[in-house]
Amino acid sequence: MTLALDKPRAPRRPAARRGNFELVSWVFMRVSGLALIVLVLGHLFIMNILDGGVHRINFAFVAGRWSSPFWQVWDLLMLWLAELHGANGLRTVINDYARKDGTRFWLKIMLYVSVVLILFLGTYVIFTFDATIPTTH
Amino acid sequence: MTAATVDRETSGARGDQPPVPDGAITITVKIMRFNPEVDSEPRWESFGVPALPTDRVLNLLHYVKWYLDGTLTFRRSCAHGICGSDAMQINGVNRLACKVLVKDLMSGGGKHTTITVAPIKGLPVHKDLLVDMEPFMEAFRAVKPFLITYGNEPTRERIQSAADRERFDDTTKCILCACCTTSCPVFWNEGSYFGPAAIVNAHRFIFDSRDEGSQERLDILNDAEGVWRCRTTFNCTDACPRGIQVTKAIQEVKRALLFRR
Repeated sequence: MTLALDKPRAPRRPAARRGNFELVSWVFMRVSGLALIVLVLGHLFIMNILDGGVHRINFAFVAGRWSSPFWQVWDLLMLWLAELHGANGLRTVINDYARKDGTRFWLKIMLYVSVVLILFLGTYVIFTFDATIPTTH
Repeated sequence: MTAATVDRETSGARGDQPPVPDGAITITVKIMRFNPEVDSEPRWESFGVPALPTDRVLNLLHYVKWYLDGTLTFRRSCAHGICGSDAMQINGVNRLACKVLVKDLMSGGGKHTTITVAPIKGLPVHKDLLVDMEPFMEAFRAVKPFLITYGNEPTRERIQSAADRERFDDTTKCILCACCTTSCPVFWNEGSYFGPAAIVNAHRFIFDSRDEGSQERLDILNDAEGVWRCRTTFNCTDACPRGIQVTKAIQEVKRALLFRR
């Protein structure tokens, strides 16, 4: 009788696992895109349609909204997700279209600097907004 | 004897033009020519060719090469859509010249028909429609398109269920013609994106139940130049002369990368 060795397999070789930035950024684009649909459409609805829309927006309106941590978090999330989503999209556009390594490098540097500036400035304003500043009417 | 005649004789021209068959109409074939010994830039050249509606574009190219200009250079082998040699841009889209019929390219209303033929994009042109396939083949080899197993050889054949075979059936159809890869805008860039064809051929083994090299291939495709550069523009799926759902295969590889354990 022959020995039936159906699947004489050695254990599979463990594959080298690397954390992968491209994979993470690909997932991030999908997740942040979904979140932004809610955040941005909600934001546009509140700012432009609800209760007379854009005409009621003034300092007091903004101050009123940012007195609530809920809207602070909403705007903070919207700022970070939109900025990183857009920047990552632009990064892939630069990767796809820049022909020279030098061009690619400097375009990306400009992009990253602008991201840092905008994120810093936006976050700074949301957290340090002072509703008690006397306004001129 | 002029230089032109020497060219005609040494380049496989077949002598005088044959009689024009009944029902043939003259159409213009506009071909992107490039002779590296003479031209600094590719240039367009037009030929008037008598064609039957049932002719293939390959027949028109043969007519030009055999009777009008023997120096025209292009690849073709089987001429029946199997070998994948004659991929070219026909009226702006990547097709096999042996699978496109003249009747499908005719302009309606009795207007004169012009068919443009150019080499596939993104690969270096050697001459006329002949491109260097090496970058394409290099990407193909990089994904290890062969059966990988570990341990002892089984004593009988490697059995596979019909369902397991069906899993990767679509991607077994690839003939490596490069229509998909050279229609991909990401591949046109000078990066080293593997391109759709390489991913299709990786897919063919990644989803093969008999193969044990999936993790290696997935790691290769997880690279910065791998599947994540795909922008799902579907050019590859539109271009494939074998009807492979190329973009779907790429998405399946992405999903495998996301959910592998």
